[in-house]
Amino acid sequence: MKNLIPVLITGLTLIFSGAQAQNFVNNGKVTGSFQFDGQYYMEDDKLGITDSTLDGKLFRMNGFGNIIYTNGNFRAGFRYEAYLPPIAGYNAKYEGHGIPYYFAEYQFKNIQITVGNFYEQFGNGLVLRSYEEWTLGYDNSIRGARVKIQPYKGIALKGLIGTQRYYWEPYANGNRGIVKGIDAEFYLNDMFNGMADAKTKIILGGSFVSNYEKVKDKTLVRDTVIYKYVLPSNVAAYAGRLQLIYGGFQFNGEYAYKINNPSAMNNYIYKNGESLLATLSYSRKGLGISLSGKRIDNMSYKSRSSELGEALDINYLPPLTNPQFYSLATIYPYATQPNGEIGIQAKVNYTIPKRSKLGGKYGTRIELNYSNIFNIDKQPVAEGIPVDSTGTLGYKSDFFAIGQPKYFESFDVLLNKKFNSKFKMILSYVYQAYNIDVIEGHTGEPMVYANIAIADLTYKFTPTKSLRMEVQHLFTEQDRGDWAMALLEFNIAPKWFFTVFDEYNYGNPDKDMQLHYYSAAMAFVQGTSRIALSYGRQREGLLCVGGVCRAVPAANGVTLTISSSF
Amino acid sequence: MKKLSLIVLVLLIGFSVYSQDDEKRGRRLPSIDLRNANGEPFNTAEISNDGKPIILSFWALWCKPCIKELNAISDEYIDWQEETGVKLIAVSVDDARSTSKVKPFADGNDWDYEILLDVNGDFKRAMNVNMIPHTFILDGDGNVVWQHTSYSEGGELQIIENVRKIIAGQELDAH
Repeated sequence: MKNLIPVLITGLTLIFSGAQAQNFVNNGKVTGSFQFDGQYYMEDDKLGITDSTLDGKLFRMNGFGNIIYTNGNFRAGFRYEAYLPPIAGYNAKYEGHGIPYYFAEYQFKNIQITVGNFYEQFGNGLVLRSYEEWTLGYDNSIRGARVKIQPYKGIALKGLIGTQRYYWEPYANGNRGIVKGIDAEFYLNDMFNGMADAKTKIILGGSFVSNYEKVKDKTLVRDTVIYKYVLPSNVAAYAGRLQLIYGGFQFNGEYAYKINNPSAMNNYIYKNGESLLATLSYSRKGLGISLSGKRIDNMSYKSRSSELGEALDINYLPPLTNPQFYSLATIYPYATQPNGEIGIQAKVNYTIPKRSKLGGKYGTRIELNYSNIFNIDKQPVAEGIPVDSTGTLGYKSDFFAIGQPKYFESFDVLLNKKFNSKFKMILSYVYQAYNIDVIEGHTGEPMVYANIAIADLTYKFTPTKSLRMEVQHLFTEQDRGDWAMALLEFNIAPKWFFTVFDEYNYGNPDKDMQLHYYSAAMAFVQGTSRIALSYGRQREGLLCVGGVCRAVPAANGVTLTISSSF
Repeated sequence: MKKLSLIVLVLLIGFSVYSQDDEKRGRRLPSIDLRNANGEPFNTAEISNDGKPIILSFWALWCKPCIKELNAISDEYIDWQEETGVKLIAVSVDDARSTSKVKPFADGNDWDYEILLDVNGDFKRAMNVNMIPHTFILDGDGNVVWQHTSYSEGGELQIIENVRKIIAGQELDAH
């Protein structure tokens, strides 16, 4: 059954191409991409990696091939994926191969219809977002149907129904929910002629999402009493958003509400959930400022209430932290706490003008960021009932109160300066306070306070030959102690990259773990094709892209990545 | 399952051979709903530059080489524009974490680019972008005629060189 639909699509495409061969060849365009990530693992006494911890799977690979056919207003495509077996750190449930994604889409004037798999986001994603991130092994695409309509200028409506991807497990009655959703957006300045030239621009939007899951009632034993909990089959969530634009000012706010949704994620409490995300920003050439605030209260929303992993998320809760790209600054990355968090972020980008005393010939770019995130306030619902007790309303929470403990705090500053046509420099300092107990589940471990200094220097020998050097140091008294890092990269643009680097955990309180995580890599790029080969040790940690993280185990071995698109 | 893999393999090979021919003619951009820097609705069909070439660069706030590339081009951009009339459109693939910080970031870095927000990766997927930075060049008629992935210091020279060739009507680098 699960292979029937792709075969049908292929068949239909062939019939279509036979009947209208001329059109298919002349007007149709085929594009695509593929990627292969292979890793060969070696034993490493220091990291405790042996043949048995590797389960004998010394060679592993992830790969995909993506094909899109476009002909006028018609588009169709599919993605083939293979994990044979999945590389270390990816969910073992990925083992296997097949076509998890295929779609056909037709645009008729202002109506667009998609059948098969699709990715969608309502507003900021607080009630619905399906997306994929290959590097993280994340894919919660919805398989079903979606319609987008623009009935009148400035009005955009969307409706969808389907089930979400769960690794390779096909949908069967009751094994996950059916997600339905509608979204409407109104761009007032487009709708009303009188507002077309107004200086203030207003966009309003609203979404409604419902998940139907055939759930069995749950029984739990507490103090020798058997309790039977009735779980809701339909869980609805809705959200409203407002965007205002006035000159260089912008406001973007969204509030979301979810009715009670007892689940494994929230320890089966019956509290309603809510979330608020708001950003105010101002910018002009040379200066950009943004201030964001966020509150999340019991907002995990999955299409299977018993799911504890990272799969089957219906919504997306973005973290309010600065994305880090220097390796030691990624050791302690924040991940959103869906059961409750309250936080702020402030970010400033400024360029000291060219030819000024401080700016120099090319100007100097500065970035500042501050983030601070706490638990929300959680008070017992009644005396004697602990917070978050199964089967209760969980807790009472004052909307504006800041709870304990602190989850994360960071302050970053980055200076980016070009001295002349040969020499460039980036200097950065990052302070992080990281609740390793909550974020990584290291129960009882103290808060990690880390200070990180980074220098990134580039020297050009010729217009296309350059040497880049990174030196980083992380100071901390907690967790694994101090780290030092150095990197050398020789580039011949635009085709060749050669890199060697070492991360040295010399401050590890465990003397046996004062290890070098060395690595050597080279890459060759030709157009859109890239071949990269690396050898070395991989540090245990969290790999994060766009706010979602994946635990990466320590490893030692050879990695080959081949990627191309056309 | 084996049969399925075989079909896929044959299709992949078939399509890639077919696309070789296709690439020479160039292809149009797909029509995808995005947002402009202000967050207002924008469709990629509206992308134009009065018959002059366009550089389309996919980037994100979390992508260091992307930002290095856009900073490097920014230092030369006035000269590039005066000489060739080229326009750079920087398509951010940042998600809701950073969507509303993209414009302040671009302005704060003194960039003169047109910014588009591809908040859920729809444009990225339609353009088969696996990794960023990924840069496309469109000729004056809006056809994709060249593309490249990754960036290292000096990589921007190849981009402007190809823009010059498009204007002069010369053959482009084989990527």
